[in-house]
Amino acid sequence: MENLLQQIVNGLVVGSVYALVALGYTMVYGILGLINFAHGDVLMVGALVALQVATLLHKFWPGLHPLLILAISLGVAIPVCMLLGYVMERTAYRRLRNAPRLAPLITAIGVSFLLQTVAMIIWGRNYHSFPPLFPTIPLEPFPGVFITPVQVTILVASATLMVALIMLVNRTPLGRAMRATAENHRVASLMGVDTNKIISTTFILGSGLAAVAGVMHASNYGVAHYSMGFLPGLKAFTAAVLGGIGNLGGAMVGGIVLGLVETIGAGYIEQLSFGLLNSSYQDIFAFVILGIVLIFRPTGLLGERVSDRA
Amino acid sequence: MIKKKTPAWMALTLGASLSLGFGQATAQEQVVKIGHVGPLTGNIAHLGKDNENGVRLALEEYQAKGLSIGGKKIKFELVAEDDQADPKTGNIVAQRLVDAGVKGVVGHLNSGTSIPASRIYNDAGIPMVSPSSTNPKLTQQGFAYIFRTMTNDIQQGSVLGKYATTKLGKKVSIIDDRTAYGQGLADEVEKGVKASGGTVSAREFTTNQSTDFMAILTKVKMQNPDVVIYTGMDAQGGPMLKQMRALGIGAKFMTGDGGCTLDFIKLAGDAMSDKAFCSQAGLPLDQLADKTFRDRYKKRFGIEVQVYAPYAYDAASAIVEAMKAAGSVEPAKYLPALKKVAFKGAGGDVAFDDKGDVKGGAVTVYQFKGGQWESLK
Repeated sequence: MENLLQQIVNGLVVGSVYALVALGYTMVYGILGLINFAHGDVLMVGALVALQVATLLHKFWPGLHPLLILAISLGVAIPVCMLLGYVMERTAYRRLRNAPRLAPLITAIGVSFLLQTVAMIIWGRNYHSFPPLFPTIPLEPFPGVFITPVQVTILVASATLMVALIMLVNRTPLGRAMRATAENHRVASLMGVDTNKIISTTFILGSGLAAVAGVMHASNYGVAHYSMGFLPGLKAFTAAVLGGIGNLGGAMVGGIVLGLVETIGAGYIEQLSFGLLNSSYQDIFAFVILGIVLIFRPTGLLGERVSDRA
Repeated sequence: MIKKKTPAWMALTLGASLSLGFGQATAQEQVVKIGHVGPLTGNIAHLGKDNENGVRLALEEYQAKGLSIGGKKIKFELVAEDDQADPKTGNIVAQRLVDAGVKGVVGHLNSGTSIPASRIYNDAGIPMVSPSSTNPKLTQQGFAYIFRTMTNDIQQGSVLGKYATTKLGKKVSIIDDRTAYGQGLADEVEKGVKASGGTVSAREFTTNQSTDFMAILTKVKMQNPDVVIYTGMDAQGGPMLKQMRALGIGAKFMTGDGGCTLDFIKLAGDAMSDKAFCSQAGLPLDQLADKTFRDRYKKRFGIEVQVYAPYAYDAASAIVEAMKAAGSVEPAKYLPALKKVAFKGAGGDVAFDDKGDVKGGAVTVYQFKGGQWESLK
C-alpha cells in the first residue's frame, strides 16, 4: 500500500513538471498552431542561468540564505527566458507566420539545436551539479512514504501557476485578446487587437513558465546540463497532445496523467503483464496509453475544439 | 525553378588543382590522418571530449618529438567525429572516416556504437582501437582489425559481483541502462553475484536519457536489498543515488567504470557516503603508470581527466608505435606490428592478446572516502 502511495507521489511530482512545460506548448499551439520544439530548451536555459546566478552568489556572498539565493536565481532566470522567448518569436517565427506549416516546425527544431549548441559553448559539456537550495531531509507524511521539500514546492508551485494562468486567460482583458487571437488572428486584428503583441506575450509567458520548470527540475534532480531540456520537452509535448493540445486544462490533466501512468507503469508493469514485461518497457507503456486515448478521442482527453486554422 | 549549376569541368579543375597543391606540400612531409569517434554532443559529451583530448595529447606529443616513419617526416592530423552515442550515427561517421582515408581509429566510446562500427572498419581494413568499450562482444566477432585498451566486462562484472556479495551483502538488486554496455555488464555482474553465493532480488531497467528513477527505485525498495548495483554512466548514476536516499533506501550502492568519475561525486552531492562504491577497469587515476599524465593533460586542456583519457592516449600511442615498428603508416603493413605492440602506456602496460583485448588488465574497486574515490586493495 505504501508503495502504491509512494508511486502516486512520484507520479504527481513528475507529472506537475510535465504539466508546467506542457502549458507552454499548448499556449503557443492554441494561438499559432505552431509546435514550438525549442520550448524544452528554454527550460534548459532557465536552469543553467539560475545555476550561474546561484554559483556567483555563493562566491561573492557565501553566507546568503539558500532560499534567498533561489529567489534571486529565479528572479534572473525568468526574465532571461522571457527575453529569449520574445527574441525567438520575433526573429525565427514571425516571418514564417504565413508560410506553410512545415516551415515554422522545421525552424523550431533548428532553434532547439541552436539553443543547445550555444548552451554547450557557454556552459561546456560537463554535468553541473545544481546546488541544494531547499532543505534536503525528506519528509515522511505517511509511514514509508517519502517526499522531499523540493517536491512539495514543485506540486504547490505548479498548481498555483496553472490556476493563475487559467485565470489570466479567462478573466482578464489580455486573456480575452489572447482567446480572440487564437480564434482568428486576422479578425482579431480588425477588431483592434494588436495580434503581434499578443503573440509575443504568449511566448513570453510560456518561456517564463519554462524557466520555473527548469529551476524546479534542476533542484529536484540536482543536475543541470545543456541537453537536459530534450526529454522533459518531449514528454511535455506528449502530455499536451494527450490532454488535447491547445487546451490549457488539457495540458494540466495530460501532464498529471502521463506522470502517473509512467510511474505506475514502471512500478507495476510486471504484475500487470503477469511477468511478461519488465520496467524496460516503461516508456512504451506511456505511449500505448497515448495511442489508445487518441484512437477514442483524437483531439485528446479534454480537446473538444477542432479548428481548421492555417 | 532556377538553379545555378557549376559546370562539371570547373569542379574537376578545382579538385585537381587542390589535390596538386596538397601533393606538393607532402613531398617532404607526410600527413597521416588518425580518426577519433566519441559522443561530443548529448548527455555523455564530457566523456567523449575526454577521450578526444587523450588522443590529441598523444599525437601532439609524438609530433613535438619529431617523428619520421619510412624516411618521411610525419604530420598527424586528428579527424574527430561525433557519434552522439547513437549506433546509427556511429555507423555514418565510421563510414565518413573510412572515406576520409584515416590510417587508424581510436574509438568509439560506447560499446553500443563500437560493435556495429567495428564491421565497417574491419571491412575497410582500418585498425580500430577502442579506449573504453567494454562489452565482450566487440572482440569476439573474429575481426582482425579490432582492438581495445580497456579490460572487458567479463572480468569487471565478476569482480563487481563478487565484491558486492562477499563484502557488502548477499541480496543484490541490479539496474542497467539498456545500452550494450550497461546490459552486458549487468549480465556479467549477475553471474558474478550468483557464482559467489548471492541472490539477485531484482533486475530493473532505465534508459541512458533518464533523470527520474523514483518509480523503479520504489520497486527496488520493496525487495529491501543489501546492495544496489547500477551499470551505466555517471550522468544517471549520481542522480540515482540521490533519489535512493530521498526514498529512504539505506542499501549500499555500487556502479561500474561509467560511474567511477569525478562528475558522479558532484552529481550525487550529499548522498555520497562510505556506502558508495565503484569499480574501474584499469588502475586508479592516482596510481597511473605514467605519473605526469594528469598534469600534462591539465596543462594542455585546462581541465581534469574524467576517466578514459589515459586509455585513449594509449590507444593512439599503440597505433603510432605499431607504425614506427613497421616503418609504414599503411594499415595493412602495420597491422602485424599492432598485434605485437608492447610498451608502457599512461594507463599501464599495453599489449594485445590474439583477440585484440588488452592483456592482463586490472580491475580496481573504489570506496567513497574523504571526498573522493579511494581504491581498495
